[in-house]
Amino acid sequence: MVKFIESELMQLRSEVYQMWTLVYNQMDQARQAVLGMDHDIAQQIIVRERRVDAFELKIDSDVEDFIALYTPVAVDLRFVLAMLKVNNDLERIGDYADGIARFVRDAEAGNLDPALVEKLQLDTMFAVVLEMMKDLQQALMEEDPAKATSVMSKDDQLDRIKAASEGILVDYARSNPDSIAICMGLGGVFRKLERTGDHLTNIAEEIVFFIDAKVLKHTSGSSGSRQ
Amino acid sequence: MEKIEAKDVNFYYGDFHALKGISMEIPQNKVVAFIGPSGCGKSTFLRLFNRMNDLVPGSRLEGQILIDGQDIYGPGVQVDELRKNVGMVFQRPNPFPKSIFDNIAYGLRVNGIKDKEFIAHRVEESLKGAALWDEVKDKLNASAYALSGGQQQRLCIARAMAVSPSVLLMDEPASALDPISTAKVEELICELRNEVTIVIVTHNMQQASRVSDRTAFFYMGEMVEYDDTKVIFTNPHKEATQNYITGRFG
Repeated sequence: MVKFIESELMQLRSEVYQMWTLVYNQMDQARQAVLGMDHDIAQQIIVRERRVDAFELKIDSDVEDFIALYTPVAVDLRFVLAMLKVNNDLERIGDYADGIARFVRDAEAGNLDPALVEKLQLDTMFAVVLEMMKDLQQALMEEDPAKATSVMSKDDQLDRIKAASEGILVDYARSNPDSIAICMGLGGVFRKLERTGDHLTNIAEEIVFFIDAKVLKHTSGSSGSRQ
Repeated sequence: MEKIEAKDVNFYYGDFHALKGISMEIPQNKVVAFIGPSGCGKSTFLRLFNRMNDLVPGSRLEGQILIDGQDIYGPGVQVDELRKNVGMVFQRPNPFPKSIFDNIAYGLRVNGIKDKEFIAHRVEESLKGAALWDEVKDKLNASAYALSGGQQQRLCIARAMAVSPSVLLMDEPASALDPISTAKVEELICELRNEVTIVIVTHNMQQASRVSDRTAFFYMGEMVEYDDTKVIFTNPHKEATQNYITGRFG
């Protein structure tokens, strides 16, 4: 292949990797911010969100340029299309980290009730999200579709924890009327993490599409071919 | 329905084994593109369909090529008749040093048609079919050389279509044309598929993907892959095809 085209693809891959690392760190920080109700960390996340947005625009623009200038086909076309969608999903995940940080920054309450946090499995929820992100980043860089597919099943765990959290928060708010605002905020955190899982599932599907040209979207895990 | 069938075709230029065991079927009224690096055999294969290689000294064909079920290399086949049925357009436009009208009328006259009214009607029909009529209707007696390169190529397509072939072979028909003329030739290909089966050799990947229904990738005398064009350009099954269309070798 012409060397400069290969180099453009490498550059795009590197940009997505950097954005991924940035968004991962944002979500990791969001975890620390919520669990410690740490306003300083929350503020840092909010400031860094602008970098995530800038990355998104840069990758969008680079993909557009690559398609216009090099007219990619086959695996190259699948790669740039996948990167375009992964970029979009990562940006949304960045938004969720930002949203969680804003909840922490604006909350008037002090530390969360440790018993409630444990019952909600909030730490586990974050851990699963972060593990999915890490595994998918590796799957993309190593071009490992099996690893990407294996991550998708973890989304079910997020759905289960989130579904359970609703009842727990309602019961807690009922018993502690002063905590209604914080419970509603925590409900929002769980919704954001659950949506993050959905975006990570989309990313896994895009990785499989790029490598194997198989479409997993809307097929409940069974494979099809996008032709 | 299959218009053209190649059965285990081997072709030799002297000792050089140019085509190796190629079998393929080309459906009627479809456009099939042949792609591959220079010297891979795609043009040689194309030229077998109207026996253009017959005059190459020391060349030899094994296997069969059937058009409408008839072996075109079988005994009793009239090459003139075959070429009337299987027209060809080349890389560079090659109009005759005659008027625009006479270029189109030439094939009809050679075939013994003398009815002037019919010839005039057929010339108009062919030029309209080649999307050239509006540009030349007022100067039919002008020299064909007065036309631009793109117009000359469409004139050659009209000339080939005038004798109502059922197959049209095109060997890089737009490689010497500017983008606008190329677009006109490509539009023409899309329209002509309703009337004829078209086989096109091209080095332009985008052209192959735009105009053809099926694409065959050739490499070193072998047909590596032959499939729907969409499959070839989105998810080819052979690594060699993918490497070629993405520019990784060739």
